[in-house]
Amino acid sequence: MRKFNIPHTFELKSIIELFALWIKQGTLKVNSDWNKDLKIKFTVQDPCNIARKIESDHIVNDLRFVIKTVVGEENFIDMVPNRSNNFCCGGGGGALQAGHTEQRRAYGKIKFDQIIETGADYVITPCHNCHAQIEDMCHHYGGSYHTVHLWTIICLAMGILGENERTYLGPDLADHGLEKEDA
Amino acid sequence: MTDSIALDELTCELKNQVASRVPDANLDLCLTCGACTGGCPASGQYDMDPRKFLRMLLLGMDEEIVKNPWAWVCTMCGRCVTACPMKINIPKFIFNVRAAWPREKRPKGIRGSCDQHIRSGNAMGVPKEDFVFTIEDVAEEIKEEQPDFKGLNITADRPGAHMVLNQNSREPVTEPDEMSPLWKVLHLTGVDWTYPTVMWGGENYCMFLADDEGWRYIMEEFAHHIEHNIKAKVVVNTE
Repeated sequence: MRKFNIPHTFELKSIIELFALWIKQGTLKVNSDWNKDLKIKFTVQDPCNIARKIESDHIVNDLRFVIKTVVGEENFIDMVPNRSNNFCCGGGGGALQAGHTEQRRAYGKIKFDQIIETGADYVITPCHNCHAQIEDMCHHYGGSYHTVHLWTIICLAMGILGENERTYLGPDLADHGLEKEDA
Repeated sequence: MTDSIALDELTCELKNQVASRVPDANLDLCLTCGACTGGCPASGQYDMDPRKFLRMLLLGMDEEIVKNPWAWVCTMCGRCVTACPMKINIPKFIFNVRAAWPREKRPKGIRGSCDQHIRSGNAMGVPKEDFVFTIEDVAEEIKEEQPDFKGLNITADRPGAHMVLNQNSREPVTEPDEMSPLWKVLHLTGVDWTYPTVMWGGENYCMFLADDEGWRYIMEEFAHHIEHNIKAKVVVNTE
């Protein structure tokens, strides 16, 4: 919008800012009780576009607030470096469709190693390109982590994640919170 | 005796072109320190790195630069310019190298997605009717199967909605069930929102393609639709 000077009166916002705001206001009622005993570990990929490229850490700080609220602070492990100093996963800039697959995966090896270093079971990727790239690298380099969207974990924590909405969850959470038919 | 390099005779067309488009790119200020390269995950791919690429630009090696596929391996993530003590805007340099490629030679996948977006409003090329059908279909299923969400109201182009949600077009096509968790959150928080059906794809491959004209067209059509038809106050991307 700024680049082309397109006139507009609407405001552009990230859904992550809104999640954080709604949790603080109490309109989004979610907590980490579900993970108190399970202690499943999560890390997060900071998308370059909402971290380094906006020259402010406010959205990625909101992102951590939301994630800690839904998985528990003790179950969140940050990669190093992170936020505006993060490494790009290698899926951005159109790389997933640019055709240089071998180079794209070599690029992402840094990210893959960072993820493994955290020991986390799940990587939350609040960006489609990051999601596709990080999942692809898990298969390619033989990782065992799962790559999930943020909304999946929010709904899981709220106990409202439907049966069809669990494609990216691992076996540990595939049935979590679903009503047992014979119960 | 060897001759010294006669710098006066250098012609740096590409450099001049980039400098005119990005006046604050600071291309001439490179100290060759290599901070960009040290922190760049694309360093070494195709035997290239940001410092070398910039050096080639400054030496007028235009042909070699535009032939090197490295411009498409770099993701323009911006880590280099953040690390650079002289604030040289390498990502914008890369963007303009991409733009210097003949359009038909740029990666087919990115070009195809950009063309689809211009034609149909999203990179996957989904017709508007199919998009609306898919969201209604998924919403119906949830209303039937999940009693807590009987009142779920998913709309498209509803005038006066406070918020508009951009949807990455991969979901309605390949994994429609990834849309509904977010719907449920929005439902429970009582947000007044709708989907746009003009340029509704949250992605923008014309930007990656360095197709300024396509990029601008998508943004203008989208902004016009939001301003004049839906009149929403807030635009939110799902990522």
